[in-house]
Amino acid sequence: MKDTIEPHVTEDGRQIGGVLMEMKNITLRFGGVVAIKDISFDIREGEIRAIIGPNGAGKSSMLNVISGFYHPQEGEVWYRGAPRPPMKPYEVARQGVGRTFQNIALFEGMTVLDNVMTGRLTHMHASIWDQALWWGKAEAEEVHNREQVEKIIDFLEIQAIRKTPVGRLPYGLKKRVELARALAAEPSLLLLDEPMAGMNVEEKEDMSRFILDVNDEFGTTIALIEHDMGVVMDLSDRVVVMDYGKKIGDGTPDEVRSSQDVIDAYLGVPHE
Amino acid sequence: MLYRTAGQFKTSYRADQALFPIKQDAFLLGIVLLCAWVIFPLTASEFAFQTLLTPILIYALAALGLNILTGYAGQLSLGTGAFMGVGAYACYKMITLMPWMNPVVAILLSGLFSAGVGVMFGIPSLRIKGFYLAIATLAAQFFLVWLFEKWAWLYNYNASGAIQVPNLDIFGLYVAGPQASSITQYYLVLAIVCVLTYLAINLTRGNLGRTWKATRDMDIAAELIGINLMKSKLTAFAISSYIVGVAGALFVFMWRGAAEPNLFDIPLSFRVLFIAIIGGLGSILGNYLGAILIVGLPVVLNTVPSALGIHVESALLEHLNIMIVGSLIIFFLIIEPHGLNALWRLIREKLIIWPFPH
Repeated sequence: MKDTIEPHVTEDGRQIGGVLMEMKNITLRFGGVVAIKDISFDIREGEIRAIIGPNGAGKSSMLNVISGFYHPQEGEVWYRGAPRPPMKPYEVARQGVGRTFQNIALFEGMTVLDNVMTGRLTHMHASIWDQALWWGKAEAEEVHNREQVEKIIDFLEIQAIRKTPVGRLPYGLKKRVELARALAAEPSLLLLDEPMAGMNVEEKEDMSRFILDVNDEFGTTIALIEHDMGVVMDLSDRVVVMDYGKKIGDGTPDEVRSSQDVIDAYLGVPHE
Repeated sequence: MLYRTAGQFKTSYRADQALFPIKQDAFLLGIVLLCAWVIFPLTASEFAFQTLLTPILIYALAALGLNILTGYAGQLSLGTGAFMGVGAYACYKMITLMPWMNPVVAILLSGLFSAGVGVMFGIPSLRIKGFYLAIATLAAQFFLVWLFEKWAWLYNYNASGAIQVPNLDIFGLYVAGPQASSITQYYLVLAIVCVLTYLAINLTRGNLGRTWKATRDMDIAAELIGINLMKSKLTAFAISSYIVGVAGALFVFMWRGAAEPNLFDIPLSFRVLFIAIIGGLGSILGNYLGAILIVGLPVVLNTVPSALGIHVESALLEHLNIMIVGSLIIFFLIIEPHGLNALWRLIREKLIIWPFPH
């Protein structure tokens, strides 16, 4: 395993730093069902880390453990060099862990702009009185955060739909708005749960570009779950492979691709 | 043509976030406010004040309070009537215990009591949702009305069991009780309603409003992007119940003049809920449109036959009234299930692009 890699610069010039988050011997059970069995891996600053595996392998459960939605029975989550005490999901989010969802979880009754603005709520601290009177700190915050949000909207090329209610948007755009909402919080670690599920090739290309750009431009660490192997192998720096709740592989895309366990469990062999 | 938005460019985010980014909206509101503050008071009769203007404002305010909870934060409540009662009884106790108190201050403070009670009954919302929460608020409704009846201290041990609004004055001007004039009361209600509406608009379009809407639309996602659901729901209960409580105090002190416990029973809760639903959940304007329809329409319908010189028996009129209002409600909900506010928004969108719809 690559536990010893030092901070380094990748071939394409991105800075990979120290360990940002580390999962130590995580075991998660739902009653008698073991969803995750004694899994350990780390996520380094600035990298794109993929979690792959067949359906029901426990990938989404893993992401839910990272975002604090599930609490593992055994094991610890280390964040920024210290064990993370059990905390509520909103506290995890406030520590700088952002995420998107497998099934789009946007706020359908709000416009795109409001959705993305909601993503910035961890950066807004005006009191209720200020907000009710719309003056002072509240107004300044609204304007300042709007500027930040507009940068994200520009970045993801969704300017034209900023005032459209989210419910009216097609699927691909909704996925992009969801990414925008997660990015708006300026997370240190961004979790993407199947960002390309259900997309056509063109939309996948767009999304891949955005993911790379986000990582490149903001230096955001990204952990993603994806089923499209082509995409995963192209995008990610390192890959964790899960099967039936166990880790069966961990390493660079090339290492994982050539591992016999991974081929047997997931990748399969190309037909002759 | 009326709603030409071309040429109204925004050069700063501050301008884009103004209360009325479109000039015509501000103009329309100006006309409405002019009517409310100047034209109606000058022209209205005593009858109009008592049956239309004041009650519409008070019901709209109560619906606004409920709308913050149900329409914005997505927590269904059937206890509005009881929370109005809490406001009314709190105001009555303050006025009778401290007769020197300014009645306006008492009315505004009475909202705090209902806010407290609202938060207390809002705690179940942390665990239960939707219809089940509605049942929990229904428990509040029945408990509180029972309390108004049984706790004699609340109505100062009156033999009748009802509260009677005494004559109250601000610097010699009677604002409540038998000696107060309708126009004074109307202006007072209007002022409070305008201020609270303005604050509510700001709250709902700002950060807290987005937090509420996120809680309403997708609570799990809301929590995972950093919203403390408990805080979001309980602030909604507090602010909503505050407004509802003030509406309740106004209801008794500025309009009814007296109240028995059963006045705050479930029909009142339903009435306010219908106003909010027909007006449009998740809107501010809708509360006013809904109140005009539910409170105002029956009154207007009652006066039509006599104005036309047709004699209709009052019992028949009563039933006709119910039928007409009922079918109108169904009609409006069929053409626009999201309420009158959505209907207005649709008309406005059409007007903006008229006469070239592409």
